Amino acid sequence: MISVRDLQLDEQGRLRHFLTVEGLNSEWLHRIMDTAETFGSVRERQVKKVPLLRGKTVVNLFFETSTRTRTTFELAAKRLSADVLNINVAVSATAKGETLLDTIRNLEAMSVDMFVVRHAGSGAAHFIARHVAPHISVINAGDGRHAHPTQALLDMFTIRRHKPEFGPLKVAIVGDILHSRVARSQIHALKALGVTEVRVVAPRTLLPVAVESLGVKPFCDLDRGLEDVDVIIMLRLQKERMEGALLPSEREYYRCYGLTSKRLAKAKPDVLVMHPGPINRGVEISSAVADGRHSVILEQVGHGIAIRMAVMVLAMRSGQ
Amino acid sequence: MTKLSLLNGRLLDAGDGTSSTSDVFIAEGRVVALRQPPDGFVADQVFNVKGAVVSPGFIDLSVHLREPGFEHKATIASESNAAVKGGVTTLCCSPETAPPCDTPAVIELIREKAELAARSKVIPIGALTQGLQGESLSEMYALKGAGCQVVSNGMRAVANPLIWRRALEYAATYDLLVVVRPMDPWLAGSGTVHEGSVATRLGLPGIPPSAETVAVAQILALVEEIGTRVHFSCLSTCRAAAMIGAARRNGLPVSSDVAAHSLHLTEEAIEGFDPIAHVLPPFRTFADRDGLRQAVADGMIQAICSDHQPHEEDAKADVFAATEPGISGLETLLSLTLDLVDKGRLSLVRALTCLTSGPASVLGIETGRIVVGGVADLCVFDPRANWQVGEQTWISRGRNTPFWGETMRGKVLLTLVNGKVVYRDSDPR
Repeated sequence: MISVRDLQLDEQGRLRHFLTVEGLNSEWLHRIMDTAETFGSVRERQVKKVPLLRGKTVVNLFFETSTRTRTTFELAAKRLSADVLNINVAVSATAKGETLLDTIRNLEAMSVDMFVVRHAGSGAAHFIARHVAPHISVINAGDGRHAHPTQALLDMFTIRRHKPEFGPLKVAIVGDILHSRVARSQIHALKALGVTEVRVVAPRTLLPVAVESLGVKPFCDLDRGLEDVDVIIMLRLQKERMEGALLPSEREYYRCYGLTSKRLAKAKPDVLVMHPGPINRGVEISSAVADGRHSVILEQVGHGIAIRMAVMVLAMRSGQ
Repeated sequence: MTKLSLLNGRLLDAGDGTSSTSDVFIAEGRVVALRQPPDGFVADQVFNVKGAVVSPGFIDLSVHLREPGFEHKATIASESNAAVKGGVTTLCCSPETAPPCDTPAVIELIREKAELAARSKVIPIGALTQGLQGESLSEMYALKGAGCQVVSNGMRAVANPLIWRRALEYAATYDLLVVVRPMDPWLAGSGTVHEGSVATRLGLPGIPPSAETVAVAQILALVEEIGTRVHFSCLSTCRAAAMIGAARRNGLPVSSDVAAHSLHLTEEAIEGFDPIAHVLPPFRTFADRDGLRQAVADGMIQAICSDHQPHEEDAKADVFAATEPGISGLETLLSLTLDLVDKGRLSLVRALTCLTSGPASVLGIETGRIVVGGVADLCVFDPRANWQVGEQTWISRGRNTPFWGETMRGKVLLTLVNGKVVYRDSDPR
């Protein structure tokens, strides 16, 4: 048994690495969002940069391909004036037989300051955090099915901008909960922020066992799951779920779990529709809803940069 | 041959659980007398073991020695040395070597190396299928000719129920014992941990309890038809223990064991993605752990094994699912078992039965008890002495134990194989 709290926060309670939302309290999450708020204006400037990470080297270490997350992390680091190195390990070192630990050691030897890690294995960011030199901070950009904490925070940031308080909210997360690191991080964040009711909606094949132990209410019926909710978070459905007998077809999934205007009417009139992207139109969401007045999907993307800037700054500060 | 006297030790009576202070006299590799020395007996070596328990040497049904093929992890010499330090005088070694133990040549190699090491006795388990591929039968007649009495496919999957049926039939032809580690490969899928709340939170693909119960049900149905002797090894669910126990009461020739660490740890051991707790079958719930303890106490489970799987450091230095499963367990087998006695879960007699006569009767071997005329495979231990798991005390090449750094109770003082001292605790009491 390894204590994650000791790994993520230092003795002074400062953020050493950002690996998971689990274990961070509401005060911490608001501090990150408040910091992100201060960066909101940077993108409106003529020169979109602040010098907070000048002279620092950030390595985007992606063991799994990603466009959106990698790009927003890269932009976030550049707007903080850091030097950025993008390493797509999926096609480089480990493909040549180098162990993960050796890859890390080699990059450490080049005096870098931060690793932003994306990996297909749950616990990858924890593993790297346990083994890196003490001056290096690790930011989890998604590990297996476990966590995607910056995505969850940008979602909370988006909700915070539209809803006066978290307490009374009812939130439904709809889709492939089983395989979703985003859902797990969102659940921890929503619970920490005191949200009254977090629902997860999916067919039984896409709900993990004992999901109630995360403090959520599972629903298999989308109409009932959407009743009276303030926020709907749709998850992306991966094509490979049709293999392995998890689902029969995209058509049937859309019929049962696709978010349409008709279904949206079950929710509160001022409901927010969110999606971490990239969206599958006609699979989990109709175009009318994705592009409709309740949708804040594109706004989420913009918030991603501010949140990532905030997390990088907070984690880098403790390392100094 | 040397003559030995063990004086003033505690001998337990398996019948009524009483212990009496007694002396044990050994000559020609056998126990020649208890209490009173035979006429004219002059010992070459005398051990005063006052206060310590004199037990039959332990018999461990599940050990990976890693040789041949994985000598970077451990060797027969290194691990049989660790075995006698743990009081184990006979161990069954897994066929999962490279090459797998599917030919008489590998059996002989293992036996020769074990004899050369001259520590614990080693019973090589032959492969159930060629190359452990789970597709075609191994040459069981040839394996038996080389002295092999037990076959198994270890942790490797057998392709389908028909191959299982054929393998059990063929093993029955030569009256071989088949050891099964029950885990349905389809239900286990890519899982590495117990499918439960911890796995759900950590996002680790899980192995459902049904992976074990479905495999047990399948084999039990086949044993009902065929009658092959089957031993289920390393159970992780109390449901499987109950199924096997019920089948046994109904007269099926089946038995089972559980690894000592599965009687202590639960799914929570993997918190923080701790690769040291990555083990197959996985640690399950508190209900399973307590149910397994009860099954051991009730006699539903006949043996406790170490499921010793030593690893080099690199095998555990990766992202959780990419690490190799297994725990180095030989040296903590006794202490973990005695801890259940301290906790009031087991009587001392029941605990020792599961380490001695229980596994002996599974294998049909004569050791595992102390009788006049019996082979002098003995273990003398102090149930109250403490020792620390660590650098100073550890012998196995594999340091992959979740108990590293912990203080444990129950220390082996002396181990005898065929009446010869093969381990003696150097720490003076």
